Amino acid sequence: MEEAVRFTLNRKPTALTVDSDRALLWVLRTDLGLTGTKYGCGAGVCGACTVLVDEKAVRSCALPVKQVQGKDVTTIEGLAQNGKLHPLQKAFMENDALQCGFCTPGVILTAYSLLRANPRPSYSEIAEGMEQNLCRCGAHKRIVEAIQAAAKEMAGGS
Amino acid sequence: MTDDRYLELDFTDDGPGFPMTRRELLQLLGSGIIILFTGSGAIAQRAEGRRGQSGEGLPGDFNAFLRVGEDGRVTCFTGKIEMGQGIVTSLAQMLADELDVSLDSVDMVMGDTDLCPWDMGTFGSMTTRFFGPALRAAGAEARAVLLELAAEQLGTPVGQLSVEDGVVFDRASRNRRVSYAQLAQGKRIAKHLETPPPIKTPAALKVVGKPTTRRDALAKVTGAAKYTGDIRPPGMLYAKILRPPAHGATLKSVDVSGASEVKGAQVVRDGDLVAVLHEHPDKAERALSKIKAEFGPSPLSEDDASIFDYLLKVAPEGEDVSRGGDLARGGARAAEVFEKTYLNSYVAHAPIEPHTAVVQIEGKKTTVWASTQTPFGARDEVAEALGCPREDVRVIPPFVGGGFGGKSRNLQVVEAARLAKLAGKPVQVAWSRAEEFFDDSFRPAAVVKITSGITDGGEIAFWDYHVYFAGSRGGEHFYDIADYATVAHGSGWGGGAHPFATGAWRAPGNNTNTFARESQIDIMAAKAGADPVEFRLKHLRDEKMRGVLTAAAEKFGWTSAKPSGGRGYGVALGIDSGTYVATMAEAEVDQRTGAVQVKRVVCAQNMGLAINPEGARIQMEGCVTMGLGYALTEEIRFRGGEILDRNFDTYQIPRFSWLPQIETILVEDRNAAPQGGGEPAIITMGAVVANAICAATGARVLQLPMTPKRVVEALKKP
Repeated sequence: MEEAVRFTLNRKPTALTVDSDRALLWVLRTDLGLTGTKYGCGAGVCGACTVLVDEKAVRSCALPVKQVQGKDVTTIEGLAQNGKLHPLQKAFMENDALQCGFCTPGVILTAYSLLRANPRPSYSEIAEGMEQNLCRCGAHKRIVEAIQAAAKEMAGGS
Repeated sequence: MTDDRYLELDFTDDGPGFPMTRRELLQLLGSGIIILFTGSGAIAQRAEGRRGQSGEGLPGDFNAFLRVGEDGRVTCFTGKIEMGQGIVTSLAQMLADELDVSLDSVDMVMGDTDLCPWDMGTFGSMTTRFFGPALRAAGAEARAVLLELAAEQLGTPVGQLSVEDGVVFDRASRNRRVSYAQLAQGKRIAKHLETPPPIKTPAALKVVGKPTTRRDALAKVTGAAKYTGDIRPPGMLYAKILRPPAHGATLKSVDVSGASEVKGAQVVRDGDLVAVLHEHPDKAERALSKIKAEFGPSPLSEDDASIFDYLLKVAPEGEDVSRGGDLARGGARAAEVFEKTYLNSYVAHAPIEPHTAVVQIEGKKTTVWASTQTPFGARDEVAEALGCPREDVRVIPPFVGGGFGGKSRNLQVVEAARLAKLAGKPVQVAWSRAEEFFDDSFRPAAVVKITSGITDGGEIAFWDYHVYFAGSRGGEHFYDIADYATVAHGSGWGGGAHPFATGAWRAPGNNTNTFARESQIDIMAAKAGADPVEFRLKHLRDEKMRGVLTAAAEKFGWTSAKPSGGRGYGVALGIDSGTYVATMAEAEVDQRTGAVQVKRVVCAQNMGLAINPEGARIQMEGCVTMGLGYALTEEIRFRGGEILDRNFDTYQIPRFSWLPQIETILVEDRNAAPQGGGEPAIITMGAVVANAICAATGARVLQLPMTPKRVVEALKKP
């Protein structure tokens, strides 16, 4: 059903009239032109489409857009603020935690959500928290190291 | 070279064909100094070595070029593509060194078929080995041209000039200087390189050999990096294509009327190609689900269990890959004979980015954006599908979200081209995950039969090796065995034997061959009562292989450490793309469930000169991690033509919880030519895990993947 959906997208108020049963993923990618959020499996099992809804990682391929009504949505494009990269983004670059880069937006936003819930995760807590995100290039080792490095920097900065 | 020739034969190469005249090209590139590299001399011989039986290979005219622009920036134009393997960084490093400029001032234009010279494709770990020398030569030539210009301008002999960071100066008087940017100003010089000038010696390299952060990292962590699915020319429609339920099933009837329930949906049809177009991909998919289609039954009858007997039944006569001594003589020396059959199932490439293509036809000109490892192949396939000259087709590959060999086949590109023509609008075809699993060109199922023997003294007496449908890559043993034969039955691509498409999968054939060979070596070592490392060293003369094995053993602590209960150590060796690999692993096996957890992997590699050592280590880690998948879980289950695994819920690829402690060693060999890096370390993963499982439990698993069920079955065997 077409209806007006209003939410905050990357800190900006956003309103659009749209079939509100459509998946947030496609509304972001095609209606709003934010292509950093990726399609990987369409069934919520790979994590490439992960975005933050009220600061929590959510799979946007399985989320009807009406469910973000009034909420705060952040995509990978909104993670850096005022041209300043988030510590996770910096850590992913410095630790070479990506190869083809296709899973990277979802991986970074899942890690963001993980660190928000648990700012100093152990190695096994990181592995557990990232378990449902798939990376085919095999960058897992560097991803864990990058998340550890970012956690350290974020703790130091607070 | 055998391996690469083999590889090449299995990819359909079309000959060189550059879409523009030299004059048009130079106009397009604008002012500056342009080096066209011609295939001649030593490098042409290398290129010659790469040619397949088709007689076609690299273009004879030129295969690399670069431009030094009026802004002093160096641009490299290459037909290679970036799919995560990191050549966007390592190729730039090579150029920076040869030209004496900073890495930051090098730009890469990759895979654009209008701007870049013809290239066969990005696969086979060939970029650094074969394209690298050409690129370095072009860089050296550009530097020579710039030095000549500087000598003229400064009135100083070339021999007295040096370059630092893109500035040429007189060594006798450093303030006599001129920058590359100044030299290129207002120039339009095209130099056709005939005889490659000497490239720098390894000792003189400053950028090459130093760990370097990926140049595409910023774009990839901010979401700015564009992949094919992110491309959207004005008016573009997303296509969803009607697929059969099984391979071999043909369309009998179709009722498309339901699609009109979705506003804006447009159905197009060209023979068996039925598709729905819409300005939103999800709506196209919804409209497709309203189409009623009836397909005939698939004529295919094999399944994932029966396929191995079937392959053996249809296998052609073998062809010798190599043979030495006399098998009968070796057989007579054997005190103990081992006859084993090794199996591996079909494996999917499963890149996280599914196959995607965008095609825009404007008048005569067709522009294609595609996730492809073979942009020039895609160009020719599109031209054929549209019935237009290939000069009218331009393929631009954006970043590719993983390939692993699977994006060498351009089915989705042809689909998008046909649909764009039918629709009269730009069209994007982006496969769903289910389509990706259905239309992938799988790593072929294969069988290896080995009969070998040892003498009373614990020496390998003979080696009779037959590989069916994996091909010869990695099939030859490298041990000191007098009487041996290595025979390949069928190529790695099956020639019609497989029920669906098969193709190159990261180090094609070698994973299968190395699994079989290194398992058999361990079986013999155990019977001889020898330590698996000592047994290998006893049969190894090759110093390079001994070197990587020793390096891995030292780091791992092979002799000093003892595994605790339920755990075992494994070792495996292999050669791929000119690179030598030794891998050791510690695995823990749950004897009740058969579940295997790999705890630690040490991988030593000799790849000659490592251009970007950090990049090389990352590729090794990626190989180790990805390799755990084909070792432990990955197989495509199918019944007749129906693919049963259609998403990541049942097709399990490696996850974070699997991650072992990974340690990589680059055995220093700076003076040896650079070898392949994207594939070699994956080849040992099946065998090293199999050998570690056996060390832990005594169970010998002969089939990949080594699922818990297969481990439990092996445990029950006496």
